Amino acid sequence: MGYSGFRVLKEGLFGQKGWKPVWRDPEPKPEYDVIIIGGGGHGLSTAYYLAKNHGITNVAVLERGYLGGGNIGRNTTIVRANYFLQGNSEFYSHSLKLWEGLEHELNYNVMHSQRGLINLFHSDGQRDAFVRRGNSMVNQGDDAILLDREGVRKHLPYLDFDNHRFPIYGGLYHPRGGTARHDAVAWGYARGADRRGVDLIQNCEVTGIDIQNGKVTGVQTSRGAIKAKKVAMVVAGRSSQVAAMAGMRLPIESHVLQAFVTEGLKPVIDHVVSFGMGHFYISQSDKGGLVFGGDLDFYSSYAQRGNLPMVEHVMEAGMSLMPMIGKAKVLRSWGGIMDMSPDGSPIIDKTHVDGLFLNCGWNYGGFKAVPASGWCLAHLMATGKPHDVAAKYRLDRFETGRSIMDEEGKGSQHNLH
Amino acid sequence: MRVAGKGLIDRSRSVPFEFDGERMTGHVGDTLASALLANDVRLIGRSFKYHRPRGILTAGSEEPNALVTIGNGAATDPNVRATTQELFEGLTARSQNRWPSLRFDLLSVNDLVSPFLGAGFYYKTFMWPRSFWEKVYEPFIRHAAGLGALSEESNADHYEKAFAFCDVLVIGAGPAGLMAALTAARAGLDVILADEDSQMGGRLLAETHQVNGMAGADWAAQVVAELAGMDNVRLMTRTTVTGAFDQGTFGALERVSHHRARADGLPRECFWRIVAQRSILCAGALERPIAFPNNDRPGIMTAGAVRAYLNRWGVVGGKEVAIFGNNNDAHQTARDLTAAGVKVTALIDSRADADVSGDFPVYTGAQVVQTAGRLGLDSVTIDQNGKRTKIRADVLGMSGGWNPTVHMTCHMNGRPVWNEAIQSFVPRPDMIPGMTVAGAANGTFSTHGCLSAGAEAANAVAQDLGKKAQKIDLPQAEDAPYRLTPLWAVEGKGRKWLDFQNDVHVKDVRLAAQENFRSVEHMKRYTTQGMATDQGKNSNVSALAVLADATGRGIPETGTTTFRPPYSPVAIAAMGAGGQAAGFAPQRFTTSHDASTERGAPMIEAGLWYRPSYFPRAGETHWRQSCDREVNMVREAVGICDVSTLGKIDIQGPDAAEFLDFVYANTFGTLKVGKVRYGLMLREDGHVMDDGTTARLGENHYVMTTTTAAAGLVMSHLDFVAQALRPDLDVQIVSVTEQWAQFAVAGPKSRDLLNGVLDAAIDDDTMPYMGCAAVGVSGVEGRLFRISFSGEHAYEVAVPSRYGESLYRLLLAQAEMLGGGPYGMEALNVLRIEKGFITHAEIHGRTTAFDIGMDRMVSQKKDCIGNALSRRPGLIDEDREQLVGLKPNGASKQLTAGAHLFNPGDKAERVNDQGYVTSVCYSPTLGTMLGLGFLKGGRARIGQTVRLVDHLRGVETLCEVCDPVFFDPEGGRLRG
Amino acid sequence: MRITCPHCGTRDGREFTYQGAAEILNRPDRDADLAVWADYLHNRDNPAGDTRDMWYHNPCGAWVVVDRNTVTHAVQGSTLASEART
Repeated sequence: MGYSGFRVLKEGLFGQKGWKPVWRDPEPKPEYDVIIIGGGGHGLSTAYYLAKNHGITNVAVLERGYLGGGNIGRNTTIVRANYFLQGNSEFYSHSLKLWEGLEHELNYNVMHSQRGLINLFHSDGQRDAFVRRGNSMVNQGDDAILLDREGVRKHLPYLDFDNHRFPIYGGLYHPRGGTARHDAVAWGYARGADRRGVDLIQNCEVTGIDIQNGKVTGVQTSRGAIKAKKVAMVVAGRSSQVAAMAGMRLPIESHVLQAFVTEGLKPVIDHVVSFGMGHFYISQSDKGGLVFGGDLDFYSSYAQRGNLPMVEHVMEAGMSLMPMIGKAKVLRSWGGIMDMSPDGSPIIDKTHVDGLFLNCGWNYGGFKAVPASGWCLAHLMATGKPHDVAAKYRLDRFETGRSIMDEEGKGSQHNLH
Repeated sequence: MRVAGKGLIDRSRSVPFEFDGERMTGHVGDTLASALLANDVRLIGRSFKYHRPRGILTAGSEEPNALVTIGNGAATDPNVRATTQELFEGLTARSQNRWPSLRFDLLSVNDLVSPFLGAGFYYKTFMWPRSFWEKVYEPFIRHAAGLGALSEESNADHYEKAFAFCDVLVIGAGPAGLMAALTAARAGLDVILADEDSQMGGRLLAETHQVNGMAGADWAAQVVAELAGMDNVRLMTRTTVTGAFDQGTFGALERVSHHRARADGLPRECFWRIVAQRSILCAGALERPIAFPNNDRPGIMTAGAVRAYLNRWGVVGGKEVAIFGNNNDAHQTARDLTAAGVKVTALIDSRADADVSGDFPVYTGAQVVQTAGRLGLDSVTIDQNGKRTKIRADVLGMSGGWNPTVHMTCHMNGRPVWNEAIQSFVPRPDMIPGMTVAGAANGTFSTHGCLSAGAEAANAVAQDLGKKAQKIDLPQAEDAPYRLTPLWAVEGKGRKWLDFQNDVHVKDVRLAAQENFRSVEHMKRYTTQGMATDQGKNSNVSALAVLADATGRGIPETGTTTFRPPYSPVAIAAMGAGGQAAGFAPQRFTTSHDASTERGAPMIEAGLWYRPSYFPRAGETHWRQSCDREVNMVREAVGICDVSTLGKIDIQGPDAAEFLDFVYANTFGTLKVGKVRYGLMLREDGHVMDDGTTARLGENHYVMTTTTAAAGLVMSHLDFVAQALRPDLDVQIVSVTEQWAQFAVAGPKSRDLLNGVLDAAIDDDTMPYMGCAAVGVSGVEGRLFRISFSGEHAYEVAVPSRYGESLYRLLLAQAEMLGGGPYGMEALNVLRIEKGFITHAEIHGRTTAFDIGMDRMVSQKKDCIGNALSRRPGLIDEDREQLVGLKPNGASKQLTAGAHLFNPGDKAERVNDQGYVTSVCYSPTLGTMLGLGFLKGGRARIGQTVRLVDHLRGVETLCEVCDPVFFDPEGGRLRG
Repeated sequence: MRITCPHCGTRDGREFTYQGAAEILNRPDRDADLAVWADYLHNRDNPAGDTRDMWYHNPCGAWVVVDRNTVTHAVQGSTLASEART
């Protein structure tokens, strides 16, 4: 059933009775061509593009809980393509291009809002590093504009320009950056995949991966064994546990990243703003809540909740940067489980098991990567070859030392990226 | 209207206030809500989506409707619950989310077109044309949405944070909490009793029940008085415990001066971090509404709220009150009203077998099926066995039963369990380590039961913590059974609200189920049920009962969403107190700070430190003039620069040399006493961590310098290596960064200058290049290092910090006599770029020793941190970007840091990228701009031309690739 | 979160800096295979449950090995890193 304004009017006149389920709830079949473990954003977009781009529709997405219940439903919804290093630059650029047509691609309003993102800098050295990044963005074909202090003031007059501990020198403006409605992305891909014949199976936990003679043959689940020719692990937040079922030890440590939303307020912050000294980023949702976050809590955790020191640090950063938000009241805080990799960049690769694929290590970048991640993993699974824009996301890069994409330059400590 | 003889307010004292510009009066003890009701104001706000007229629903912090904006200017405080805001003289409140006025709100047109605005409608439309989302739809939605508005002015109020510690934290001071605190305190435990209300007593303040033969409020006051007299008790009123965190840590918000006209130096709020060995949650219960058509009109409130307004504040929101419930507790409201002389037009109980009697009309087996009244309730229509009756009522109290306030027990992801008897969720044991739950929060609803549970919980805690349990004479109190038959939503047509603020009604939940958003999380996210400012406190249980019904599941199988902190919203200014302006990070000042600022030097941030940028002289109008002069001064005479911000680490012990050989890539065991060596430190992954010099002051005594940026990182790294990796080594490490003030004395006249301040003169023999020694500096024991970051004959002289300022001033005076003076960070940067010395602009974390041409420094004769992994093929690939110098050699003479490098004929696109520029300067010494950067295979490309492109600054320059050492490559000046 | 420093007693978590799993204590021999080194530095068991990890107590400079649960955040105990290896 197609969605449109006309349809909304029609259903309004007839008591909304005509709306059909957005997806089926099929029983798992005994065998599929492809099984995707994980019904989050990345798993759903992988299934969608397998069907859409490669005509592979005998696919099941197995989800332990409910669709979109992981990090895609608990992030700060920022979409951007502002990376410095080759490997990341082309990948996120591709992702942003997919975002830009996503409503029409999915016939679902994911509310992708290109309201512009401004990264503030607070020293000459930071400025030069941002310029280097901005030039990478332009070299890649994306947009970046250098703002001086007055340029920032024009966009963000409410910042504390006078008393700030780290004076605002300027900002790197990425006009195509913005936000999207996170849940809608999961639902849009789920609906699109379902309509193309993919079986979305909720409440189905994978408990084992069947491997014979070095080749994957299927999975064991809480709803029985399911055979498959190819299996992908797309379970950021549980990557280490699922990979361990295939005998793998991953370069991943799981960390909690908290985020916050305030009560609804009339429009006051029109951009996505990111503070260079406090790792604080903020935007305002269409409902009016200020959505913001900061750094990891810095200790490994699967708890989906954090502690007060980081809560307070994030609030202090907000008060430091834009003290006009002081009276906004935090309504809710939550935590996502982040797959932190040793260089802050993800992995989309084959594994040592024939037919078993891995997608993990999204660090802070998972939400905005959803379209390209699915696109590239689908490409790899369908063709056996990595997609050009994801070719560097190899699992063996830490051993070879080639194409380590350490944007932060922090080295192989998982929690510092 | 006020009800004579009722309430705990002080009727002798009037309090003037303003609502939407209208002047009114209330009494001391009123909340804004009770005062508005006393002034017959029922319409207070507008709902979020349909802009429906809204009044007061509750009498507590869970209020979803009566949200107002308090104050003006920077003090503007939006989304304040009128139900908790205490009245004070001069309070000004404004309604929100309406335009142009509360009574006539244009966007209430949304209500007329509501049939088209069902749950999630926006996911299905607003997609055409494509450019309209950002330009048309989104701006409209954003402006229609939101509640109150921020002033957009910087916060001017004072907020505080504090820590507190106790044996037991009792959360909530109703009958259970008071009894728990009293019992624990008598047992000798350190107790904190916190309650969000201005007065302790909880529900006792709102009921007519007697406790021990006295009014409940009087009994509460008596207990509070006893607690207040005990040294081991801290009573915290107006304090909401907002969240439970690990190891007994709680967040709590104290509203210190919201109830005062003037703060008089008090903070607005204080955010507490309370660490408690044990906690007892006595948070009570919240009454839930019933979903029936148009159950959202102003005048319709919970039955418990009607009772609270009557008994505590002596007000009723109208003249004729109807009560609609499914449980016995609702009857008490009708009885209290009647006893107070208020007209009750109907008691409607949905249970056919309800046992009700009273001096009011009773309708059992009946339901409210419609309400009327445009901006406030006029009447309700009830259905009793198919017979419809219209009943006059301007207030309707509804009660669907009570939900235990389990929220905080869920803050660590625990899920409560369904209790059939009370038709609600109760906590499981141990959802929060160390927390017990007592009273209504645990599903015990009688006063007697609460008193008893509070005492028992406290005694268990006391014994657990090694104290004796107290014998408690439980006070006499009502022990009425609580009976209800579930009624979530009445049958029939019309919109039946669940989430009042977000305008989610029963049909929305059913539509979600119809569209297969059957998971409770999907339903919540699709409909926004429970996502309003009350976080579903009023609506979640009912909504999931409706979902359970729509999906044919039981409520327990349907499950719940998660409650997360904070329990009630907390201002960013409170949790972020202290972060505003300079408070965000500590400020570190060198001993020369005042002397530098006296000379007009702009101070710039270097990490947490402040360092002088340059020292302007009369007539200089641009920083470049000062910088060029300072560079020339160092190259030709002598300059002074405070380098105390560099990390200084003292390393001693028999194994100090072996330790340094392990942490540095190069060798230090061979360094002679009295000599200094440059050291390169790698991370274990083979990339450069930091660099600096280390001096051997004695056989077993070294002092290491780090960069300013990495001082803390290197210190913890050395501790890590010493304690975790090499505990076999006998070595002691301590940071002495703050203990020593250290100054660079650089330039051809540096030795002349020093010989004027040192107790014993030095020469090339006593202090050769890279030498070090203990020296007397004008009678003070100091240290001298002959090292250079400028390429000039230079020294660094160190004295204990208490002498730093004096020495700095002395050095400046001496320097000025020799034609020299101070130089700042700008000149320092130029001097080092001319010499090709690197900083963290170059060693930015992705750089290897190979990249900066120092791979031969990585000794292969020994193990060291980073040795093994620095040999990974990808880290020594000839094609890697390598450090080079750059000089303009075309028409443009401009270099910019952050630009990228390309082959001259290539397009400036990613696939052609050859590298980038890290540092640039104008070199007055060489009369040109210079740059350092990284270029693919750069060392083999010296002499070639590359194209520098800075899209952002619009710069394109052809550059010659050079050796990074531009000036005095032989180093003659260093040694001279 | 509260953690016990063997020197200083139980302190607020904000006094500590975390640095990853205690697997880092088992540093390979310099001449071990690159694969062994790469596994040591990058790969982690990353358990959802009991774990041991490294914390630096900033005020006193002690590296502490903490036994902890990554799901419940319960802290079971701590030892000095210098004593944990033996």
